[in-house]
Amino acid sequence: MKAWDAIVIGGGHNGLVNACYLQRAGLDVLVVEKNDWVGGAATSRELTPGFLYSNCSYVCSLFRPEIMRDLELPRFGLQVISYEGGAVFTRGGDYLANYRDHDAHRREFARFSRRDAEAYYRYSRDVTRQCRFIQPLLMRTAPDPTSFRPRDLGELLYLGKKFAGLSAEEMALTLRFWTMSISDFLDEYFETDVIKANFALSGIIGTALGPMSPGTAYVLLHHYMGEVDGSVGAWGYARGGMGAVTRALAASFQASGGTIRTGAEVDQVLVQRGKAKGIVLADGEEIYGKLVVSNADVKRTFLKLVEEKELPDIFLRRVKNFKIRGSSGKVNIALDSLPEFPALPKDSPVYRGDMHFTDSMERMERAYDDWKTGRWSADPFLDMVIPTTLDPTMAPPGKHFMSCFVQYAPPKVNGRDWTDADRDGFAESVISQIADYSPGFRDRIVHMEVRTPREIEAEVGLTEGNIFQGELTFDQLLFNRPVPGYAQYRSPVGGLYICGSSTHPGGGVMGAPGRNAAAEILRDLAKPNQHMSPAHDVI
Amino acid sequence: MNRQLKIKPSTARTTAQSHFRTLRLGTPFQPRIEALARTNDWYNWAGYRAPHSLWDEELEYFAIRSQAALFDVSPMTKYRIEGKDAEAFLNRVTLRDVTKLKAGRVHYTAWCDDEGFVLDDGTLFRLSPTRFRLCSQERHLPWLLDSAIGFDVTVEEETEAVAGLALQGPTSFAVLRDAGFSGVERLKIFDLADFPHDGSTVTISRTGFTGDLGYELFVPAAQALSLWDRLMAAGEPRGIRAIGYTALNRARLEAGLIVANADFVTSEHAIRADRLRMPDEIGLGFMIDLEKGHLNGRRAILEARAKRKLRHVLVGLEIEGNIPAEHAIVYHRKSQEVGLVSAAMWSPMAKRNIAIASLARPFGDTMVDDLWVEIYALRELQYQKLMKRAKLVPRPFIKLDRRTANPPADF
Amino acid sequence: MTSFDAVVIGGGHNGLVAAATLAKAGRKVLVLEAAGDVGGAARTEEFAPGFRVSSVAHLLNRLHPEVIKTLELEKHGLQFARGDFVPSVALSKNGPPLVLHGAYGEVLTGANPSEQSDWKELRAQLLRYAGILKPFLSRRPPDLGGMSMLDTAALGQTALALKKLGKEDMRDFLRVLLMNVADLLDEQLADDRLKGLLAFDATLGSHLGPRSPTSLLGLYYRLAGETAGVAGAQILPKGGMGAVIAAIGTAAEKAGATIRVGTPVARIIVEKNRAVGIALDNGEEIRARTIVSAINPATTFLDLVGPREIDTGFVRKVKNIRMKGDAAKLHLALDRQPEFTGVDAAGHKGRLVIAPSPDHVERAFNPSKYGAFSPEPVMEITLPSLADPSLAPTGASVLSAVVQYAPYALKEGWGAGKPKFLEAIMAQLETYAPGIGKTVLHAELLTPADIETRYRMSGGHWHHGELQADQMLMSRPVSGWSGYETPVEGLFLAGAGSHPGGGVSGAPGVNAARRIIGMKG
Repeated sequence: MKAWDAIVIGGGHNGLVNACYLQRAGLDVLVVEKNDWVGGAATSRELTPGFLYSNCSYVCSLFRPEIMRDLELPRFGLQVISYEGGAVFTRGGDYLANYRDHDAHRREFARFSRRDAEAYYRYSRDVTRQCRFIQPLLMRTAPDPTSFRPRDLGELLYLGKKFAGLSAEEMALTLRFWTMSISDFLDEYFETDVIKANFALSGIIGTALGPMSPGTAYVLLHHYMGEVDGSVGAWGYARGGMGAVTRALAASFQASGGTIRTGAEVDQVLVQRGKAKGIVLADGEEIYGKLVVSNADVKRTFLKLVEEKELPDIFLRRVKNFKIRGSSGKVNIALDSLPEFPALPKDSPVYRGDMHFTDSMERMERAYDDWKTGRWSADPFLDMVIPTTLDPTMAPPGKHFMSCFVQYAPPKVNGRDWTDADRDGFAESVISQIADYSPGFRDRIVHMEVRTPREIEAEVGLTEGNIFQGELTFDQLLFNRPVPGYAQYRSPVGGLYICGSSTHPGGGVMGAPGRNAAAEILRDLAKPNQHMSPAHDVI
Repeated sequence: MNRQLKIKPSTARTTAQSHFRTLRLGTPFQPRIEALARTNDWYNWAGYRAPHSLWDEELEYFAIRSQAALFDVSPMTKYRIEGKDAEAFLNRVTLRDVTKLKAGRVHYTAWCDDEGFVLDDGTLFRLSPTRFRLCSQERHLPWLLDSAIGFDVTVEEETEAVAGLALQGPTSFAVLRDAGFSGVERLKIFDLADFPHDGSTVTISRTGFTGDLGYELFVPAAQALSLWDRLMAAGEPRGIRAIGYTALNRARLEAGLIVANADFVTSEHAIRADRLRMPDEIGLGFMIDLEKGHLNGRRAILEARAKRKLRHVLVGLEIEGNIPAEHAIVYHRKSQEVGLVSAAMWSPMAKRNIAIASLARPFGDTMVDDLWVEIYALRELQYQKLMKRAKLVPRPFIKLDRRTANPPADF
Repeated sequence: MTSFDAVVIGGGHNGLVAAATLAKAGRKVLVLEAAGDVGGAARTEEFAPGFRVSSVAHLLNRLHPEVIKTLELEKHGLQFARGDFVPSVALSKNGPPLVLHGAYGEVLTGANPSEQSDWKELRAQLLRYAGILKPFLSRRPPDLGGMSMLDTAALGQTALALKKLGKEDMRDFLRVLLMNVADLLDEQLADDRLKGLLAFDATLGSHLGPRSPTSLLGLYYRLAGETAGVAGAQILPKGGMGAVIAAIGTAAEKAGATIRVGTPVARIIVEKNRAVGIALDNGEEIRARTIVSAINPATTFLDLVGPREIDTGFVRKVKNIRMKGDAAKLHLALDRQPEFTGVDAAGHKGRLVIAPSPDHVERAFNPSKYGAFSPEPVMEITLPSLADPSLAPTGASVLSAVVQYAPYALKEGWGAGKPKFLEAIMAQLETYAPGIGKTVLHAELLTPADIETRYRMSGGHWHHGELQADQMLMSRPVSGWSGYETPVEGLFLAGAGSHPGGGVSGAPGVNAARRIIGMKG
C-alpha cells in the first residue's frame, strides 16, 4: 500500500500553497478535496451559462508576492488586474471616491473637508509605520512566549528588538493600535463621517466586530499589509476570477509532480499511537501518509476529523473555545448590462474598483448591532465590485458579473439555522440597498447566487461560515492563533499539521499560513527548504 | 434608514467631481507657460503640472544670473493667517520671534512638532499687523488648525486662490520699474508692499530662492495672466525669460538654500523615525528664539541641546574636481561612512564643485577634517567611482552684493 | 503671607491623598478646592430633607493599602473588617436572585452545584490574573522612551510572576488579557444572572459593552482592588463616602497641609515652560515650586494651563482622551424600606445588581453609541440607610444607584431626556421591587452632564477619562506623559485621569506624590 510523504486535506489556497512547497522540497504529496473542484473559498464557478462567479473571495489583495514568485504563479497563468478606484456613495446623492493618484485623492477629500484632505498625510504615515512593524511577522512563525527553547527565545528577542527599535512615539502608537477601535482611531485624524467610514471598512471586513469595537484598528492593518512593500496590484481582480489563483496554484503543484484528488471528502485522520498515519475518506477508503496537513479550520480539523481521545483535554477545551463566528455573506449577481449609478460620472474609474454605500460610522455600527442580536443587518455594509469592468472574460459580451460581500450575517438566525426564507430576506436587504443608488438595478439581474454563512459552511467547509477561519481578535492572533501552545502549525498529534487561515497570520487570500506551515514541516523533517524565498525586506 | 434623498443633477457638483479627469492641474499661468514650453518637460509639483525646463535649462539658469527669470511658484502651499492673535499664534508655532517681524516684512522660518522635529520650513509674510501669509512646500492645515486652539485667529488654505511668481535676476528690479510698479525701488531685502494691478492688488516682496536680486509677486488668480503679460512686456528689452525648476534648483543650491523633502525629510512624511531632524540638525538652529515665550517643540529642543542628543548636522561642502557628487556617500578617512550628499552641482557662478550634505555628528561638527565623498559617476553605462576630498565651507556658496544693495541696481 | 512648597488643585480624594503624602514628607502643602467642601465626587450630601447619600461613588472596594498605610488612615477612624463586607446580589426578574457572599463571591448561593464549582474555578482564575496586574497599581507605568533600571526590574518581576503561574495558566492569561468579558463568561459559566453581574461589573464606568474586546480588563481592574487586605471585597462605609474623605482630610491636615475650600483656581501660571504658581478666580496669585493637579487632565491643560503654553501634539493628545461618561447616579428618598423580590435582609444591605444577562447589558450599551440612553438600563443599587440609619429619617430609606448607559452627549439633550430616562429606570426598579414607585418622596437623577457641572468632572466621567486598554498604563492620561509629570516643568497630575485610574483608591494621588518626592519637587 502506497504511503504518501504528505497528505494535504483541503485544496484551498493555503492547502495548495503548502502542498506546492512540500512537493518542491522533494516530498510526494497528495491533496484531497471534497468538492469536485479545487480552490476552497478562492474559486470561479460558472453558475449560469456564460458567467464566471468569484463566488466566495473576490479580491486578490493580500497574496504574498514571495509566494507568487516561488510557485511561479504568473507562469501558470495568474494575472492580477488592479482596481482603478473606489467609492463610498453618500445618501445625499454624492460619493467620496478613492483615486490611485495621490493628488486627485487629496482633492477628492477636500470636496468634503480641506482639513481631512491634509490630515491624510499623518494618517498614512502612522498606518504605514505600523504596517512596517507588523508586516515582517506575517512570514514568521510566532514564538511561544512560555517556552525556553532557543528558537522561541530568539524569535521573542527579534520581536523585542524590533519593538525597541521604534521611537517612543511609535511604541505608544503600536500599543494603542492593538487595542483601539477603528472608530476612535480615525476620530484622532479625521472630522468627516464619510471619510471615516471610507477607512473604517478595512477595520471590519471579515470580522465579527463593529467599527466601534476595540481591536478593529488592528484589523485595518491586516488589510493594509498587502501594500506595504509596494507589491503592484495589491488590490485587484484575478483574471478569470479568484479561481485563477487556485488554478495557478494547482497547475504549479501538478507541474512539480503533485497529485490532486477531487471529490474526496475526508472523514477522519488515521491516528496510531499518537501519530497521524493517513486519512479515511467518506467512502471508507484509507489513504496512508507519513504526515497529514489540514487546510480545514481548527475546529473542523480537531473536532470532526480527529477522535477526541487523541487530544489532550486542555487542547480540546481551547479548540472548542476558539471563536469562529461567521459574520458575512455573499450575493453574486449576473447582470445583463452595466448598472448605472446616477451619482457617478459615466467615465469614473470608480466603476473599476470597490463600491460601498455605508457613509457613516453609525450605519456601520448599527449593522453590527443586528448581527449581535442574531439577525442579518437590515442596512448592511456592502463591498461591491464589478470585476467584468476590467475582466470581460467573466461574462458574455456586454454583460457583467457583480460580487457583493455583505456584512453582517450571523452564523445562526435568532439562535436557529438559516432557512431559505431567511436567505431571501438577506438577499433582499442587499438588492434594495443597491437599487436605492442604482435605478433599474433589479431589472438587470439575470441570475443571483446568495450565500449566507450556512451556504459557505456547507460548500467550502468553513465552520460557521467564518471567512478567516477564526476571528481576528488579540486572543486569537500571533502566539494565540489558533490556540495557545499550538501556534506553530503543529498539533498534539504527531505528524498532523494545520496550515489554514486558522493559523498565524490569519485570513485573506494571503498564502502565508500555508507557506509558514510548510517551513515548519520541512524543519521537522530536517529537509532543506531551498525553494522558499525569505520574506521581503522592509527597509 | 438607507433611503437616499433624490438629488437633481448639479453642474457645480459635477465640476467639483471632475478632478479625476485632470490629475495635474494647471496653475493660473498655465496658458502662458504652455505656450512657451518647447521641451515639454513636466513634473508634478504638489498636484500641479510644472516645468522642469521650458526651452533650455542651461540658458534658463543663466537668465537667473544675467538677465531676469520668471518662475511660477503658484503650487507652493499658502495659508492665510489672520486675527487679533495671529502674531501670538505664529510665535507659538514657528521658531523665530514674530514680534520682531514688522508689517511689510518677510522672514524665513521653520516649525517643529512636539519632539522638536522639523515639520517644514517656509516664508512668513506679514501683510498687516494682524494678517500673515505662510508659504511652504508641504501641507499643514490640521497642524495649524490644532495649533490655533486657544487663539483668536483664523487659518485658511489659499493655494488655489493666490497665484505667485518669482522674478529673479540682476535686471528684475528694472523690469518691475519699467512695468510701472512705482515705489518698488524702496523695497529693501525682505520688504514687501502692495501695488495696484489690473483693478486688484499685487503683493511684491524683495525675496527669492536664488541668492540673487529678485522679487516675488502674489496676485489673485484672476489677475495672474495680466500680471504675467505686464512683466513679460516690460522685461522684453531686459532679457526676461520664463524658466523651469531645474534652473531654479541650481541657483538655490549656489545660494546654499535647503529644500524640504530633498535635503531633509519633514516630520509628517518620515516613515522611518530616524530620518527626523531637529532645526539644529539642518542648519536652522539660528532661528530658535528661546526668549520669546513658548514655542512648539521648545522643551524637546532644549533637552536635545542639553543632553547632546543632536545626532546630525547639515553642512556645505566644496568637493575637489568638477564632477557633481549628487547623493554621494560621505566618508571620514575614506573608510567610515559619515553622511550623505543631498544636493550637488558644479557651480557656474562660483566655479566650484559644491554640495549640501547631512553628516552624523561629531563629523561636520567638531570633526571636520579628512572628509571624502565617493562619487558614482555613471558614464555610458559604467560607474566611474571617484573618491574626492571634501572640505566644509560656509553657505551660501556665492554671495552677490546686488541681492541686498540699496537702491537696487538698474542693470 | 505663608509660602508653600506645593499647591494641590482639587480636594477630591486623590488630591487629599497627594497632599497628605507630600505633607508627611515635609512639604508645605496647600490644597485648593473649588466647592464648599472637599471630597469631590466622594462626598456624603443631603439630597432631600433628612436624606443623605454618597454623592457619586457609593461603595468602597479599592482604597489602596499603600494609601491606608502611608496616611495611617486607621488612626483616623477608617477601620474595616471582614464583617463589613457586603454581598453582591444579582437580581432576577423571574426567580430567586443569585448572591455572591464575602469578597466577590467566596461563597455563591442561588446557583446550581455545577455552576458553583465553575464559579469557584473562574473566580480563582480571575483573582490570579488580576493579581499579576495588581503591582502595576502602585507604580509608575514603564517609560517607553527609555526604561530605567527600576522599570526593567519591575517588568522582570511581572515576567517572573507570569512564569510562576505555570505554562498553561500563563498561556491562558495571555490569551484572555484583551478579550471581551462575554466570551470568557460563555466559555466558563452557564447562569445568566451570574454572567450578567460579571458583565456589568466589567463594563461599569466605561463606554464598553460586555462583547467589546478588552472589556475583561474592567473586571481585572475591579479585582485588583482590595479592602481589609482581601481582593474583591466591598463595603458600604458608615456615614457614606464622606466619612472616608473626612479621614483622608484629617490625615492631610494632621500632617500639616492647609486646605482651602470654596477657592476655585482660574489658571496655572507658567513662565518659560515652568509652572510657578496658580491664580485664583479673585485674582490672588499663589506661587509654589510644585503644582499638583488632581483634577481632570483635560481641564488642567486646556483650561488652567491653556493651549498657548503647551505643544500642539500634546494638545491633540489631551483633546483625544475619551472622557464622555455613561454612568448616571440615582438617589431616591423612600418613605419606607424597599423590598426587592426574593432578597433577604442581608442582601438588602449589600449591592443589588440589575443586569439579567450579558446580552441584556450589551443591548443596554448599544444605544449609548449613538447618543441615546438604554431603554432598559442596568444598575447597581445600594440601600445605605439600612446599615446606617443616620442617613435617613426614622422609618424612611435611601436608595442609591449607579445606572448605565446614560451617554453624556445625549442626542436629544438631557433637558428633554432626563425625565424619560428616570421613567425607564423606575420601570426597571418596579420590576424587581414592586411598589417601590409609590414610596418615592424625592428622586434625584444625576446624568453625566449633571455630574460634570456639579463635581467639575469633564464629561461626567468618574475615571477622568475612559479606562480602556488604549488609555491605560503608558497611555494614561496620554502617551509619553504617563508618569505624573507633564510637559510643563513643576506641574504634576495626581487625579484619576492618571495611572492607574479612577475609583476611590487614592493610588494616583499617592503615586504622584511619591514621584514628586523622588524628583525632589
